[in-house]
Amino acid sequence: MSTSITTPTDDPAPRNRMSAGRWFREVGWRHLVGIAALVFAAIPILYVISASLNPLGTVSSTNLIPRAFSLDHFRELLSGSRGPFLRWYLNTAIVCGVVALTQVSLSVLASYAFSRLRFAGRRGGMLALLLIMMFPAILSMIAIYTMISDLGEAIPFLGLDSLPGYIVVLLGGSLGQVWLIKGFFDTIPRELDEAAIIDGATHWQTFTRILLPTLTPILATTFLLSLVGVMSDFLLGSIFLTSDENKTLAVGLYGMLAGDRSNNLGVFAAGAVLTMIPVIVLYQFLQKYIVGGSTSGAVKG
Amino acid sequence: MTDTSAPAHRQRTTSTTALVVKILFLGSVAAAAVWLIPLLIGLKAWLWLTFTVLTVAAIFALYTTKRFIPGKYIFPGTFFLVVFLITPIILTVGYSFTNYGDGSRGTKQEAINSITGNSVQQVDGASRYTLTVGTKGAVEGPYTFFLVDQSTGEAFTGSAEQPLEPVEEDAVSISSGRVTEADGFTLLKPREVNDHFREISDVAVTVDDTTAVRILDAGTAFQGTKVLQYDEAKDQIVNTATGEVFTVGEVGGEQAFVDADGKRAFSQSWLQGVGFDNYSRLFTNGSVGAQFLKAFAWTLVFAAGSVITTFALGLALALALNDERIRGRRLYRSFLLLPYAVPAFIALLIWSNFYNQDYGLINQLTGLHINWLGDPTWAKVAILLTNLWMGFPYMFIVCTGALQSIPSDVKEAARIDGASSLQTTVKVITPLLLVSIAPLLVASFAFNFNNFNAIELLTGGGPFPDNEFTRGGTDILISMVYRIAFGGSGADFGFASAVSVVLFAITGLLAAFQFRFTKFLEDVN
Repeated sequence: MSTSITTPTDDPAPRNRMSAGRWFREVGWRHLVGIAALVFAAIPILYVISASLNPLGTVSSTNLIPRAFSLDHFRELLSGSRGPFLRWYLNTAIVCGVVALTQVSLSVLASYAFSRLRFAGRRGGMLALLLIMMFPAILSMIAIYTMISDLGEAIPFLGLDSLPGYIVVLLGGSLGQVWLIKGFFDTIPRELDEAAIIDGATHWQTFTRILLPTLTPILATTFLLSLVGVMSDFLLGSIFLTSDENKTLAVGLYGMLAGDRSNNLGVFAAGAVLTMIPVIVLYQFLQKYIVGGSTSGAVKG
Repeated sequence: MTDTSAPAHRQRTTSTTALVVKILFLGSVAAAAVWLIPLLIGLKAWLWLTFTVLTVAAIFALYTTKRFIPGKYIFPGTFFLVVFLITPIILTVGYSFTNYGDGSRGTKQEAINSITGNSVQQVDGASRYTLTVGTKGAVEGPYTFFLVDQSTGEAFTGSAEQPLEPVEEDAVSISSGRVTEADGFTLLKPREVNDHFREISDVAVTVDDTTAVRILDAGTAFQGTKVLQYDEAKDQIVNTATGEVFTVGEVGGEQAFVDADGKRAFSQSWLQGVGFDNYSRLFTNGSVGAQFLKAFAWTLVFAAGSVITTFALGLALALALNDERIRGRRLYRSFLLLPYAVPAFIALLIWSNFYNQDYGLINQLTGLHINWLGDPTWAKVAILLTNLWMGFPYMFIVCTGALQSIPSDVKEAARIDGASSLQTTVKVITPLLLVSIAPLLVASFAFNFNNFNAIELLTGGGPFPDNEFTRGGTDILISMVYRIAFGGSGADFGFASAVSVVLFAITGLLAAFQFRFTKFLEDVN
């Protein structure tokens, strides 16, 4: 069999009764564009995965396709010799979890009032909120720094270089999701809560038992958006969290990379991979809702 | 919230659990207030005292009655908003009219103590102490000295603010002539003392008007005579060695001690109002004003450029991939979302590695030899390219959504009228799409206008020209504020606040612009 030459006998099957030329003009080029975009989107991610697995792990030795595989960088990262990575991970989880949960809870409370109750100053309050949320907290970082430094004198637990202090500062954005959630509140028919009120439920019971359960998807989405937003805060973190054991991933990984870029790249890449994975997985789960949410005006922070 | 069994039949009363929760909550608020208020009065922390009193009053007013129902829901979030968002904005406006910064944080008395304390010189036969440096917070200070007299063995404590006083017996433990533990303080290790020697040697613990204690080496301190002494009656500082006299005078818009020629004699000053000086410096001082204008121009280019490039790419992809005949359309979509799912700080730090001139991925893949981060123009291109990667998936999602909401009969009508598919896309689809996307473009512009991370994590504001620290080649306004306030050339909080206030104003204008574009106003009614 090894010497026989096989000749192509069949013509390629016609694609959907369309000629190859026409197929390319109408559909094929779209694949080319799509693949080019995929390459652009994927390269940085492939690069960081490759750098995390490449045992040399310097800027000069890293290629897109690793020539050797090893988990050395992950081992070194977790051993803590370049900085307490696990501690940063835990700190980030605590900060993001607490802030995102509080932000969504307080936003949903306020949205209930803005959507369902009628009171003087409702319209003004909503507009004021929209305006205030446009001012980034980081513009007043000096004042926040001074305030927290004073607070720390009285309550060291909430002072500079403490996670709780950092958390309360981030809670300044607690009403950040009101507009988004209120939009969804408005889509729930009012008859639902009116019926509950007639049946004798208090406003709190109506809120927690009737309305909240219908909002679960949007709450999950806002929670994720808020989580990723908080995770990416770098400025306030870098001002407040100075000692190694209090840092978050953003501050810690930046310091690690800036400290010795050429030698820490592999370890940094391992850290980046471990940070990215949970967020990417969450995004895939919530993709449907995020696509809906992003068109309602949420910009990733 | 536990009584799920029985339906609530017209009994609009609160359940026992709810009542208990309420009492516990109000009780702990009251307890916290009783504990906190005297503490804050003692520290003269008037701002926090005001917050505490108002918060407690509001909580009791809102949650003890059955009235003010909207208030009950809005209050918790508003509390944080007022304390950590609105108050800092007001304080920032206040700071912008002062000289707040390094060397002018404290009162005039503190400045005098610091000036005279720094002039302490060793004299023969003066007391020596073994020194332990303590701190209540960070290793960066403020520091408290714990001293043991080497001849008598007596222990003392003091700091820059606190004159020397004997230490209470049970507050510290002393072993082999050295303080080894102190209540409420973290003691610095000898290595940490060495690392921060410069800051620690600025600390002079006042003994009396003419003498003070300063650090000699990592484990020793000495008591010496102040060469500079303050004469309260004449409000001047006298150099007892040379007889030179320094009086209070006006330098650079603030009061400070000056020599006979009217030149500033010491870096220390004190917190004082300076009127509109910070603003006039911004608009009239040639070099500062030029830096500000350059930063402003680049901020506009950066924000507009980011929006235009991400939108163009996002729209092009959405148009190309919005065809039902494409197999694997969902797969494309999932993968194109990937950059959006990578946390921004990770993406920026990854990209910062791509721009190395010799080994960076971009030069390697393209065979170019561009000095990306060393050249101001290429550094700007690098930032826009990175922001394009991070932002195009969002625009892609949004444009796809908008495209699918355009009814298909519009396209058909255009085709029947004889338009080519390119004409349909450019002249019919795109304008329709822009109507619904415009508010998001403005929001994206406003977001990028203050996108500090994109600059700081990628280039750190660099490249910096020689001898220029306030602004690098890629600094936008907000990162320039950061560099003035926290950068290497000494903190100038007053001036940084003035730039912040200008940024607030610009952000406000952007907001007003965005309001006009959005449906938000109609939604409220």
